[in-house]
Amino acid sequence: MGKKLLFKHIDVPGIKDFTVYRSKNGYEAVEKALKTMSPDEVQEEVKKSGLRGRGGAGFPAGMKWSFLDRKSDKPRYLVCNADESEPGTFKDRYLIEHIPHLLVEGMILSSYALGANTSYIYVRGEMKTPIKILENAISEAYANGFLGKNILGTSYSLDLYVQPGGGAYICGEETALLESLEGKRGNPRMKPPFPAISGLYGSPTVVNNVETISAVVPIINDGGDAYAQIGIGKSTGTKLISACGNINKPGVYEIELGLPVEEFIFSDEYCGGIWKNKRLKAVVPGGSSVPILPAELILKTLQGEPRLMSYESLSDGGFASGSMLGSGGFIVFDEDACIVRNTWNFSRFYHHESCGQCSPCREGTGWMEKVLHRIENGHGNERDIDLLVEVAKKIEGNTICPLGDAAAWPVASAIRHFREEFEWHIREPKESMKRNYGIREKSILGA
Amino acid sequence: MKESSNLSFSEQSLQKVKEILSRYPQGKEKSALLPLLHMAEAEFGGWLSPEVMDYVATILNIQPIEVYEVATFYSMFNLKPTGKYVLEVCRTGPCCLRGAENLLDKIEEKLGIKVGETSADGLFTLKTVECLASCGTAPMMQVGDKYYENLNEENIETVLQSFRNN
Ligand SMILES: Cc1cc2nc3c(=O)[nH]c(=O)nc-3n(C[C@H](O)[C@H](O)[C@H](O)COP(=O)(O)O)c2cc1C
Ligand code: SF4
Ligand code: FES
Repeated sequence: MGKKLLFKHIDVPGIKDFTVYRSKNGYEAVEKALKTMSPDEVQEEVKKSGLRGRGGAGFPAGMKWSFLDRKSDKPRYLVCNADESEPGTFKDRYLIEHIPHLLVEGMILSSYALGANTSYIYVRGEMKTPIKILENAISEAYANGFLGKNILGTSYSLDLYVQPGGGAYICGEETALLESLEGKRGNPRMKPPFPAISGLYGSPTVVNNVETISAVVPIINDGGDAYAQIGIGKSTGTKLISACGNINKPGVYEIELGLPVEEFIFSDEYCGGIWKNKRLKAVVPGGSSVPILPAELILKTLQGEPRLMSYESLSDGGFASGSMLGSGGFIVFDEDACIVRNTWNFSRFYHHESCGQCSPCREGTGWMEKVLHRIENGHGNERDIDLLVEVAKKIEGNTICPLGDAAAWPVASAIRHFREEFEWHIREPKESMKRNYGIREKSILGA
Repeated sequence: MKESSNLSFSEQSLQKVKEILSRYPQGKEKSALLPLLHMAEAEFGGWLSPEVMDYVATILNIQPIEVYEVATFYSMFNLKPTGKYVLEVCRTGPCCLRGAENLLDKIEEKLGIKVGETSADGLFTLKTVECLASCGTAPMMQVGDKYYENLNEENIETVLQSFRNN
């Protein structure tokens, strides 16, 4: 059993309630920080922990905090990103539904470190139950003196609010999220300036993911060094992985970073293997935006090293033979899954979610969707595959926000690793409408 | 600004509106737009008519166009009337890996409507939505506040029947 930091008490009955949470050492980190530590000391522990952003990009949290413009005389804001809409990702919702006070406690600690007196948790609007649970936890925290004026009798005050979104994947991108929080359309902003200089209402702002902020709680309780001891190399601590697709045990698992991918997929403690006794075909390891890898490359790197669940190991080989840890949305495909159909589905998603501000993204995602749709439906022609590669290339790196890249990578990687499957769809349109392409024999692995 | 119609939130909702407005710094009340649109949709029949949007504009003291451009951007807002139950079936990749497409076909067949349509009795509107962060319990759909998870071609009938019996 790996070490649990965020989910240590997740199975305790009633842990959603303040009193139960409190009885399990809840809010002790807040007491410790506010009574015995300066904001800078809190930030220092987070730096020492090596904690990296859990929203997808993996940027070191302590470093991001240190960029906050502390000379500005404007108020500072902490905004929690609970927009969770990356396909395959469902860890933040799970955390909020099961242990909401952990996030509230993390928000208090992080806001204190940053010197923010008003903070917002931007939750995707569809998550109506999690919003209610979170609002209830926040009012319990107010009632018990952990939020509001002069928390625990100290000079520190904090107001914390939940802000619902309106259903738009793009609002997970941090500057689009800030626009949305200001009551506007979710159009990403040009950077620079970065939010740390000019974010919400033009004020210095830090945006962090739910899991990142929650991880500050064990970091303050046990110290940054203790956190850094867990995990592997620069992938410190634990990570929530939401596993889905064709596995026996979909769900959210807290793993120690560095766990072998093979163990994660096949052991009963985690995914429990591929469902219906089928074979593993491919995995998208970090949410729909990251490159897909065929079975042989997700289990082992090109050099034959076992692939590990860590930032470094999953990206080993770059995009030629690696992928990314991303948000931890782990999507597993069995031998009967159609790669072309899934790639089309993802392209449709990105086209639907493009905010339309930049033409490479707006037009390119539309083209990719269209071409993939015709290949999948038996009307593809030979030039289509190269056309897709070309369009993906033209989008990548040429847009205001990373949604463009996020749309291009799944297409480029699917063609890189499963080109024969695309070719077969074009060559055998009738056959491909009837049955699935299956699996290359060299990828027979598993069970 | 347009002449305000005689629409109004209930007394209780107006209190809530006040509380919501107090969450933002002075002069930044436009931030309340999304929360208010959600409230308005819930209170005024499940969709945002132009009158409702104009009313929200007057509360926030902003131009109606600022409300329209936001309401049309976000997929959650209904800009036309819907059936009593809006079935929002997830159609994104991970749900499809576990049978979302067949499920959708089954629902269309059982209700006799296509995606985007409302049943003749006004009971159901069928919509598709993108990943609702519930891929581990796929396939799934949202109806109102609630997620219906681990659906399949068999148990969907029970779920639909529970709405009909309501
Ligand atoms: C299109 C797009 C969607 C994103 N969606 C999310 C999201 O749902 N949740 C999230 O935390 N970060 C999301 N991100 C990343 C955020 O922009 C940002 O990097 C993150 O919230 C920072 O938090 P972290 O440093 O704690 O990871 C998204 C980025 C892009 C480009
Ligand atoms: S890359 Fe796409 S989503 Fe991002 S700003 Fe440009 S058009 Fe909008
Ligand atoms: S793909 Fe349907 S909930 Fe995520």
